[in-house]
Formats: sequence, C-alpha cells, structure tokens
Amino acid sequence: MHGGSDIFDVCIVGAGVSGANIARRLSAYDLKVVLVDKEADVSFGVSKANSGIVHGGFHHNKKYLKARLELQGAMMFERLRQELDFPFKRCGIVVAAMHEDEMRAIEQLYMQGVDNGVIGIEMCSRDRIMELEPKLNPDTVGGLWVPGGGIVEPYRFVFSLVENAISNGVVLQTTFAVSAGLRDGDAWRVEAADGRSLQARYVVNAAGLYADQVSAIFGAEQFAIQPRKGEYYLLDRLTKARPDRVVFPVPTSVSKGMLVIPTVEGTVLIGPTAESATDKRDLATTRAQLDKILSSARAMIPAISEYDVITSFAGLRPILDEDFYIAMSAKVPNLVQVAGIQSPGLTASPAIGEYVKDLLKKAGLKLSEKPEYDPFVVKRPHVKELSPYEVDELVAQDPAWANMVCRCEKVSEAEIVAAVRAGHTTLDGVKYFTRAQMGRCQGGFCTYKIIKIIMRETGLSWDQVSKNGDRSRILKDTL
Amino acid sequence: MKEMYFDAVVIGGGAAGMAAAQELDQAGFSCAIIEREEQLGGILTQCIHNGFGLIEFKEELTGPEFAERVEERLQGTTIRIFTATTVMEMETTADPKLLYCYSAQWGILRLSCRLVVLAMGCRERNRGNIRIPGDRPAGVYTAGLAQRLVNIEGYVPGKDIVIIGSGDIGLIMARRMSWVGCKVHAVVEILPYPSGLTRNIVQCLNDFDIPLYLSHLTTNIIGRDRVEGVEITPIENGALMHEKAFTIPCDTVLLSVGLVPENELSKVAGVELNPMTNGPQVDSMLMTNVPGVFACGNVLHVHDLVDYVVEESRRAGASAAQWLKGRRPQHEARLKVGANVRYVAPGRVDLQADNKIYLRSLIVKNDALLEVKVNSRVVKSQKKSHIQPSEMIELHLSPKDLEAAIGAPDPLVEIAIN
Repeated sequence: MHGGSDIFDVCIVGAGVSGANIARRLSAYDLKVVLVDKEADVSFGVSKANSGIVHGGFHHNKKYLKARLELQGAMMFERLRQELDFPFKRCGIVVAAMHEDEMRAIEQLYMQGVDNGVIGIEMCSRDRIMELEPKLNPDTVGGLWVPGGGIVEPYRFVFSLVENAISNGVVLQTTFAVSAGLRDGDAWRVEAADGRSLQARYVVNAAGLYADQVSAIFGAEQFAIQPRKGEYYLLDRLTKARPDRVVFPVPTSVSKGMLVIPTVEGTVLIGPTAESATDKRDLATTRAQLDKILSSARAMIPAISEYDVITSFAGLRPILDEDFYIAMSAKVPNLVQVAGIQSPGLTASPAIGEYVKDLLKKAGLKLSEKPEYDPFVVKRPHVKELSPYEVDELVAQDPAWANMVCRCEKVSEAEIVAAVRAGHTTLDGVKYFTRAQMGRCQGGFCTYKIIKIIMRETGLSWDQVSKNGDRSRILKDTL
Repeated sequence: MKEMYFDAVVIGGGAAGMAAAQELDQAGFSCAIIEREEQLGGILTQCIHNGFGLIEFKEELTGPEFAERVEERLQGTTIRIFTATTVMEMETTADPKLLYCYSAQWGILRLSCRLVVLAMGCRERNRGNIRIPGDRPAGVYTAGLAQRLVNIEGYVPGKDIVIIGSGDIGLIMARRMSWVGCKVHAVVEILPYPSGLTRNIVQCLNDFDIPLYLSHLTTNIIGRDRVEGVEITPIENGALMHEKAFTIPCDTVLLSVGLVPENELSKVAGVELNPMTNGPQVDSMLMTNVPGVFACGNVLHVHDLVDYVVEESRRAGASAAQWLKGRRPQHEARLKVGANVRYVAPGRVDLQADNKIYLRSLIVKNDALLEVKVNSRVVKSQKKSHIQPSEMIELHLSPKDLEAAIGAPDPLVEIAIN
C-alpha cells in the first residue's frame, strides 16, 4: 500500500469533463486519486452548459494542441460509450453556406480537414447538402459534410466517467472549494474553505473558469481566464424543425457560430452566442442575444419556431489563449495545468486524460496497471427506452420501475432513486442524471415528487433540499 | 403483465374523466379510468379555495369538495379505477384499441378497448415558453406547483413574492400566499387587461392591496442562487419603455402565464390538433379524427370553470356511449371562426341535434353582437353586454337555427363577434 500514509498520489481540482477524464484514466493504475470540486455535484461548471458536440476535426489547424487532441479524442468515443453507457451518436455535421462567397471558406475548411486526416469529409453541392439535411433553408448554396461529427450529453458523460472512476477507487469530494495549496515536505497540502484538507504528491489544476485562481493559490503561473458567454434555446422534442445532422454556419474568426443541434435525447438545441462576460458566475440570458439565436438558427433551418422553445440557458467558456494550456507547471513542482479548455474541449477530453497521464508519468509518477481495473459501468435501464414487456420484468424486482414520476421525459421513481443513491442529491443533479424536469413542463408536475424522494433517500430535511447547492434552497418555510 | 378488456377507457380521473366515465357506465358499458396521480380529482384536489360548483351543484364548494361530489356519483357504478397509473403507449387505429399502462401497484397493464376518452387536462406554461431572460436561480415556480407545495405538501416556497401573469391560478395564489404570511409585492401582466376572472381580481388582489401592473413585461429575473428580484418594463403604445424599467426585490417568482391542453398522448394516438386551442379537432359528438377516440374537458380547450368541464364531459361520455351503440352523425356542418373569435369548440355541428358550443373572443368589448351565419347568411344573433378573452362564451344552436344548412353541399356555419 502507498507507503501506508494518507497521502494521495494525485489530487485533481475540478470535476468537469477534463478532470473526470483524467481521474478515470488514472483509476486504471495502482494510485490513490482524489477528485475535488467546489460545487455540490460534478459537471456543474462549464461542462453542464455547452453544445454537446463531438467535433469533426476540421475547424482548427493541427499546429494547435487542441486540434491534435480533438482529432484523437473524437476517435475514442465509441469505445467510451461501450464502456460507460452515456448518450452519444455520430449523426454527422453539415456546414451550410448561405451565399456563394461563403463557399471559399467551406473550401478552406475542407482543405484543413483533409490535412488533419478527417475521414469522409466532403464538399457538397446544394443538392447534396439538401439531401443530407432536408430541413436546411432551400437558399443554401452548398456546404461541407463531416460524417464523423457527433452529439453527446456532456453531463451524462461526466457522470459516467466519475462513477466509473469511483468504482475503481477514486475518492470524490464535492463542495470542496480549494482555498490553500501549500508545499508540505515533498507533497502538496490542499485545503478547502470549509476546513477540510488533504495531501497529495501531484496536483492537477482542471478548474475550468477558476483555473487562474487555483494556479495562484498554488503559487504557480499567473494567467487570467476570461469567461465568454454562450446562450442557448432548447426546443421541444415535438418540434418539426429537428434536423438529422448537427448544422453549423460558416465560422467567424472568434467562434464556430450558432448551431442547430439535434440532441441525443431528441430535443433541439440552438446557439450558442459568443459574448465576453466579466463575472464567472454570470449565467444570465438576455433578450437581445436570445433573439439573435432565433434569427440565426432560422436562417439555416426556417422551420424553427419560438413556440417550440421550452427553456433558455447560458454557459461560460473558459478563454485563455488561442490554444489549450496543458503542461507541467514551470514554477512549482508536481502541478499540471489543464487550463483554457474551451471548444473543442469536450471532444478532446478523453485525449486530455491520456495526455495528462503521460505528463504525470514523465514527471515521475509511477504507473502500474491495476489488475482489478474494470472500465465498465453497470448499465442502467431507462423506462423511456424499454418496451412494456421489458419494464414488466423490471417491475418484478422493484415496483418503482412502473411508478412514473416525470411524465414529459418518462422517468420512473426507480431511476430517480438510483440518481439520488449515486450521489446526485440536488434537483439539478437529478435533472442532469435522469432528465426528469428537463422536458416541456420544466418540472411543473414532478418537482414536488422529486423533492420528496430526495428527502426520503438522503434524510435531508425540507430546508436542505436545493436546486444546485447550499445557496439555492428550494423551500423557505412550512405551514 | 395483466390483460383486461373494457368497452371504454377514460384517460384522466379529474372532473372531466369522472363525468365522461359515469355516462358510459350509465349506458351499460364497461369502463375504466386511468389516473396518474394517487387520487381522483385532478388539479381540483389542490384548489382549496371556494368558487366551484355554482352551476353544477347550485352551491359554492371548494375544489376538493367539488371533486368529492363528482366522485360520489361513481359510487355504485362498475367503473374500474386505476390510480397512480400512467398510460405510456397507445395503439388507437387497431381494433380493439390497446393501451399499455404503468403502475407500481398493478405492474404493467395491457388494456384492450373499443373506445378511448381523452381527459388528461392541461398544464401550465412555464418560464421557457414565454422566454423570460435572466439568471436561472432557485425560486422560480409555476403557480400550480406553488399551490401544490403549500396546499398539499405543507411547504412555503418563498416569503417575498412577485407573480408574473394575471391568470386565475396566479391570482388565487396571491391571496393564498398572503394568508400564509408572505408579502406579495406585485402581479405583472403584459396585456392591458387582466387574464383572470374579474371576481378574482377583486377578491384576491384588491382585498389584499396587491398592486397589479397591467401592460408591463418581465424583462429580467435576477439572482445567482436564489431569486433576488425581477425587472419590470412598462409597455406604452406597444413599445417597451426601457428607461422606465424598475426592479422589484423578491425571493420567489410565481408564473401564471396560461394553460395548455396536455396532448402529448393525443399526438401519439394520431389525433389532429387545432392550433388555436392546442386541443383535438372534434366533431359534433366530441370525437377526434381517430374513430372511437373522444376528447373533453381541458384537454380539448382550456375552460374557465370546472362546472363547464363537467357539462361538456357528460356530453362527451353520452355521445361516446351512443357511438358504441352505432350512432354516427348524418348531417354535419363545419364551424368556421369568424371575425374577432379566437376559437370554437367543437369544430362541427350536427344539423339534426341541439348543439352546445363554447367559444372565446379575441377582443374586449361592451355591447357586442354574436352572429351566426350559415353559408354567409345571418341565422342567429345575440347581444352580449360585455365580452373579454378570459371569459368563455356559450352558444346554443338548434336544428331550427341551422335549417338553412340542410341540403346545402358542404355547409359552413360561421361564428363572428361584431
């Protein structure tokens, strides 16, 4: 055993998609790993609100680390889905050119894609692009087809990664807001604002929007993460405007533009905008930006209607430089910086896990494979995806499988209970894990049922149930 | 999996479903009610205020009392009631029709039947539907959810409240929250007139000195973790007066911004919907385009009063029983929405029967004239001292009113408000 001490080999700060991939990758080795996050649940930062795209590998020049990791990461998703059972589909990406002059940009993207080795990338005539995506505006003049692009539910991906990491021995500590990082012998002492502390030989800074502050806390490199806001609309699954492919416009110099995304779960996501924000907690949507999304999305898919909107939300991209910053700190020992992980961070994240594992190995971390490592999570049934005959079999073990809690997304009590028992004890945690409250009624019918299940399963009292952590309590009093 | 047969299955055990089922039972047909909540009564069970039943029972009742009265009428019938049971799949074009229902108590039920009555009620529009921008903190609830939390679960969701929308549930909740010691700071309505009933404005707002801001739009919800305030912007001559925007501090926002018939199952059943009501298109027997599938109550169109729901649902149940006995309407005319009318329900009239029609106006007007035209000729007109969109209008059309349509090819009956 690791010298018989309580010192962790690695402490990963930040349980977003980067930290979760790193934790899960390291869990294959004989290491003591702790994953800490300041929020009440994992994936509650940048990873909860983004486009959920597995990108096509044609947007960036491969001189960038982010392009190389994107290409590598994108190839890893089939295997990950096999092992981790999260929603993922390679539906393909089309980039739609609305004017002849945009076809030059399409040609450049095509050449870049070919140079990056993107499989199956194709420049398309108007007829070809309309055949691939019949919902496109008939004025489309042509475009690009990238069959390898796909869609993924980002928080479900993180939940599965963390669940698998935990079952392979990783320790998770939520509501652990790192407040101090001090050298203590040849290890780091990592302290949290609430007084908890732990020791680790290596620290990985995967703190997303707060990677600059965490770096400063450890006395490492000075840099500043700029939040850049992206607002989205979510459309009902009954919309007539759902495309078969992810639809991109021709990108601008600062962003890949506003997309129309058919989510794996059947809804449609449109957005994101790209606006500089000053506050890392500013997730407010604005009328002006939301109107921009509708008009931009309608230019590509005219059937999109504001009457199909079920909710809007915003996410923040952690902007540092043009490229990802993933390296051993040059300033302090045994600290890996994983910062500036904006788009295509989700796509690249499995490769980031590999890359950081290799950095740690070069820095002296001993990696010996653990024979008991099991890369698979136990598959969870979802009533929505089962036939009545299959549900009938589950009911024989537990009647809660037939007690429907969320009518819009068809989630049973058994699934809610499983979410809570897996540690998702806030309303948002249950929502991201099960989809309950995510449908067209947005929790109007099921919220009180979920509150009661959380209280029953956790022993929390009514005034401790929250939306997404302590400061967002749901109820104020009893009668 | 349990398999059972019924002549008719009623989906929804609120006032509508119970009333329709009772009629089917009385006509001698075997009937089941499938209700997803643990008790019958639908939304009435959480409406503990009074004002129900003046038409149906000639006395003033609370919601739970009204539901109880309707439920009492089922005593002695052979109606099979499945509560805490959800219809998950339906095959309505097959004969018999098939329904798969899920329930913790019964497991999976496979029901076959000749006829289905849709009586699922409606649901509340929410923040996303009306696209209020801003933060997404805890403390934003639909008025109905807040009503459930307070009246049934015994929890108070917040202390300082702003209500968006002046729908009836919002007004009722303004009074309810005041009674439990909360401060209701404002009710904000985008339209120049209230959406709820006049009696509720008086009894729920005026009596509690709660300000009603008409022609005001909620332009922002503020608060990172829990609601801290809402920004309200006046509308003048159709334009937002941004310079006159102001913020009302509060910890809770309740939304009462309209109800939508809940037709997800109807769509699964292949039922065509009317875009104006969001409910099924029905003929003079209240049957949808799918033979043997009927609809009534708030799933058909959103009613003002549960008394009307019961009346309409009894008609649906009775005509469903007639349909099982083989009756088909012989001479129907299409109903057309004329000037200033938002919708009419049903969409057809039977030229040989007495028809009851519910409609809503698009305008607020005193001394209005309700006109019925058959193939462009006025056959009936009624004076209305006051009409407004929030108050449903009832219209009777007899065979005599409609006799001009008999024999005409594809007759058209138009209803207009002037």
